[in-house]
Amino acid sequence: MGLYISTLFNSLLGAKEMRILMVGLDGAGKTTVLYKLKLGEVVTTIPTIGFNVETVEYKNISFTVWDVGGQNKIRPLWKHYYRNTEGIIFVVDSNDRARIGEAREVLQRMLNEDELRDAVLLVFANKQDLPEAMSAAEVTEKLGLHSIRQRQWYIQATCATSGEGLYEGLEWLSNTLKKKS
Amino acid sequence: MSAYKKKNENDISSSSSGSEVPDKMSIYQDCLKTFNESPISPKKCRLLLAKLLNILTLEGYKKSFTTSEATTLFFSVSKLFQHQNNDSLRQMVYLVIKELSSISEDTLMVTSSIMKDIQSGDNLIKPNAVRTLTRVLDETTAFSAERLFKNCIVSPDSSVCSASLVSSYHVLPIAETTVKRYGTEAMQAIFTPKKVSTYNNNSSSSSSNNNGDEGGSKFYPQSSYMSEYHAFGLTYKLKNNDKIALMKLIQNDFNSLKNQFLKVEWIKVVGELIYKDSSLFSNFEQLLYNGLYQSYEAVKLEIAKLITTLIVDNIAPVNDQLFGSVLEVLKQFLVVPRTSTRFASVRLLNKLAMVAPTKISVCNPELESLINDKNRNISTFAITTLLKTGNSSNIASLISTINKFTHDVSDDFKIIIVDAIRTLSIKFPNEWNVILQFLIDSLKNSDGGIKFKNSVVDCLIDLVQFVPSSKESALENLCDFIEDCEYSEVLVRVLHILGDYGPTASKPSLYVRHIYNRVTLENSIIRSAAVVALSKFVIINGGNNASADPTLAKNIISLLENIKENDVDDEVRDRSAVALECIKENHPDLIKSSKTFDLSVLESKLTQYVTNHEFDSPFDTSSVPQYSEDERRALELKRKQDEINDKNSGDFSSAGKKSKKTDASTKNNGSLGASSSNTTFEQRAKIIHEYTEKLYEASIIPSDGSSKFGKLLNSCGPVPLTEPESEFVISAIKHIFQNYIVLQYNIENTLTDSAVENVQVEVNTNTNKTSNLVFDSSTIIDQLMPGANEQCYAIFEKTSESIKEEEFSNILTFVTKEIDPATQQPFAGDEGFDDEYEFDPLLLTCGDYLQPLFTADFRQDLSKLSFGDSCVYNIKENITLQQAVDKIVLNTNCLPLENTQFIMDESEKHILKLFGKSCLNDDIKIGILIKMIKSSKGIALKAEARSNDQELCSDLVNSLI
Repeated sequence: MGLYISTLFNSLLGAKEMRILMVGLDGAGKTTVLYKLKLGEVVTTIPTIGFNVETVEYKNISFTVWDVGGQNKIRPLWKHYYRNTEGIIFVVDSNDRARIGEAREVLQRMLNEDELRDAVLLVFANKQDLPEAMSAAEVTEKLGLHSIRQRQWYIQATCATSGEGLYEGLEWLSNTLKKKS
Repeated sequence: MSAYKKKNENDISSSSSGSEVPDKMSIYQDCLKTFNESPISPKKCRLLLAKLLNILTLEGYKKSFTTSEATTLFFSVSKLFQHQNNDSLRQMVYLVIKELSSISEDTLMVTSSIMKDIQSGDNLIKPNAVRTLTRVLDETTAFSAERLFKNCIVSPDSSVCSASLVSSYHVLPIAETTVKRYGTEAMQAIFTPKKVSTYNNNSSSSSSNNNGDEGGSKFYPQSSYMSEYHAFGLTYKLKNNDKIALMKLIQNDFNSLKNQFLKVEWIKVVGELIYKDSSLFSNFEQLLYNGLYQSYEAVKLEIAKLITTLIVDNIAPVNDQLFGSVLEVLKQFLVVPRTSTRFASVRLLNKLAMVAPTKISVCNPELESLINDKNRNISTFAITTLLKTGNSSNIASLISTINKFTHDVSDDFKIIIVDAIRTLSIKFPNEWNVILQFLIDSLKNSDGGIKFKNSVVDCLIDLVQFVPSSKESALENLCDFIEDCEYSEVLVRVLHILGDYGPTASKPSLYVRHIYNRVTLENSIIRSAAVVALSKFVIINGGNNASADPTLAKNIISLLENIKENDVDDEVRDRSAVALECIKENHPDLIKSSKTFDLSVLESKLTQYVTNHEFDSPFDTSSVPQYSEDERRALELKRKQDEINDKNSGDFSSAGKKSKKTDASTKNNGSLGASSSNTTFEQRAKIIHEYTEKLYEASIIPSDGSSKFGKLLNSCGPVPLTEPESEFVISAIKHIFQNYIVLQYNIENTLTDSAVENVQVEVNTNTNKTSNLVFDSSTIIDQLMPGANEQCYAIFEKTSESIKEEEFSNILTFVTKEIDPATQQPFAGDEGFDDEYEFDPLLLTCGDYLQPLFTADFRQDLSKLSFGDSCVYNIKENITLQQAVDKIVLNTNCLPLENTQFIMDESEKHILKLFGKSCLNDDIKIGILIKMIKSSKGIALKAEARSNDQELCSDLVNSLI
């Protein structure tokens, strides 16, 4: 019942709900990003077997963020959470040059999915605090983002442990999605 | 939850009366739609989940949804995890996932979400979360739940703790090492009272230990202390292979435990420990005694049950005080209103009645009142127990009590009573008169179906066979019975038995008249049986029999000729023709063969023959053992006696054995011999037969028996030669051939990490000088993997026919190789190292040359044997009379007669009567009369043997123990 009332209020006040799917290779930092956004602190995480889901309020928008594990055996199961997704956050470990190619493949394959046709794409080039990290531009190029057609996308350099860049990302998402609707 | 389910059922029934019936698929569609909505409606979801749960539980997992449907459902349900802060929805989600997890794929997808709930969720949903987690964990993910399980176990909340303990128990098969890491916490939970979740009091209870009963109940008034029971279950599971750890656990204070189920389990573990090591009994005596005066019925019953098994299985000596208390408790329970308690109590008394009938008789008044109990099982047990308490003095009154009662009960029940009577007839052969009268009465009574009549006839046949003094009277009554019997099947059996036993009776002509009446009055099936029975009279009574009545034979022959000419039925005419021919040509074996085959061996040989398609050569019957009439009766009597014993020690001891077996599941085969005194005669015969088969399979002995070995005369064993828990478990079977002795060693490797190769037993005869055995050869086992079980053989040639006692010393020689855990094979290139292992010597005594033989009249047969010898023993070991008797019966291989292998009552004196014959010569018989007296110093034995072979007589009497 409580939820009904709050939903009612939110719609009256123009608050929006937004469904976000956060994916990426294992160890990219998705769970850390989620709980930094949710709790404002860095929690110790273990590899996610399955998913975590949290609601994050930002600028009168309530983001329901689905953080789905990136391990090999879980990736085929991402598809169950595509439906109704308005925004994708793809988290990349900028320091992991060896697997950036794999990340590109995973990303491209996902973008081809029909159910994600209308979803906008936000890429977090994470772990920027590490000395060897690739810059956002480098990640853009390695992921082949420039070749994406008919989809709004944005790349943001982030550091989940310090929180740097996370809200900028959300800002872009909220602006873009508001405009769409 | 049940409230929701109820509502849902109402929902379905109310809507089914309306226009649309919500079927499985429409609920399925609704679920997909509703759960994927954004935002979701919690109330609607809950209702749908309840309906789903209803389908899953009502229709069973397999029928409800296909794997792909279930998987789709599962992922839809998983989306409800986004809806936080609604505990009742979350509980429903857990319940449904738990059910779905057995059909859906990829259920590991919810692992992280559940873990988060366990970590930071409300205590209300934690138990559900923990239970669901175990369903989605697999070998690869289980380790990550260790900390969660541990935290829940130390949680002060009773239901959270229970959930985690039970779940740990369930993940043991996939993650034993993980669970072991928090074994200490689990053990502490046994002794830590927890609060129930409705109590909103945050006082730290995990650290406060039990402060006695009042303290605990004051602070936690609503707790059932269930988590303590669960904690014990898990702890036991973790330690059940570790006797010392279990001992330590059990030494904690029994009285401080609060949960009755825990107490029951505790007693069970005590029992298990005593079963493994009977010397521990004295440590627990006080505990058991005090426990009998506790408040819980279940605990008292469990203790009574344990003590009963200890008495029945003869594990440990139970003192009179303890026994008395047990009886007192059981006696009280016989009159309580609760049916299950009465049943449990009467069942235990029934078992005790076998070993200590006189002591049970204090409960007789209560038992008699239970005969009319409205619960059929209870009244049955009451009757059979009463019958067991019967002794020669009160048996008549017992039977008359039962007689009054049997009229208004069903056939099934009557059969049970007849079975009990049959037991009596074997137990008290001297009381045959009363028993016979009872049987005849029930036989002549017009009511009762064929099954009942059959069982009465069975019982009469037993009387005829095993109680010779009742023979004539029983046969005469059977004759009366067939004059007016409506069941052909029963009639045929009676005719058969008349044919077998009538000819040797004092007035055979009497039976002939009755049998011939059948020929004129009955249908063809009965007529054929009558013809065969008549012909037996000629064959057994004719010829060399001194008391033979030539006119009787002549009369029967003319009767048969008459039948051959005039009967309308082919079969009847054929049979009489065959019978006449046999009489004329003097082929008595066709009608009445003097030997019968061992049927189980015959069957297996025939099956082998047919499946191998070796039809070129005729089937060879010489390899199938044959029994003469007396031997067959010896075997049958022995089997029946064992049956009585078995029925009474019954399920409880087998349950005990079962638990023993599961404990030692890795080493059960080798211990076959170890518990040989507990196994019945029939089981032992079966084991010997199996091993003998292996002997032939190993092609050491050609199975045709034509070889230098000669005929297989006797096989004895298996004799355990090691402790059942040693690294190699070895037992041996002695096969005695005409010219050779073959020792078959059954060796089991119980090591888990090494294989042994080139396994051989070095056997030496210790009595070198006088030995008449010459070592011939032995075989080698190439490789024995961990847990494997193989046989190797040592063969000795006999230099003379005479029987000599031998002692074989045994050393096992082998090469050990470590096992590579990756391949489960020995490391390549590992040469191993030589090792040897000495185990108990094997004795070959003259008992091994004996076979059991039945005799109807022990005293008379004994006096016919010309040589006698006697010997006195003094057994200093602290064993019971029953154990001594068991040992002697096993050692001598003879047949205990007149039920003397059971010690009735706890008497200090006993007389054992044994009878047997030599396997070398069927004519050499031996009878032994052993008088035993038990005193505080031990057991004194005086054995008197009589035989027609002097050497055998003195040899046997000197090697009883």
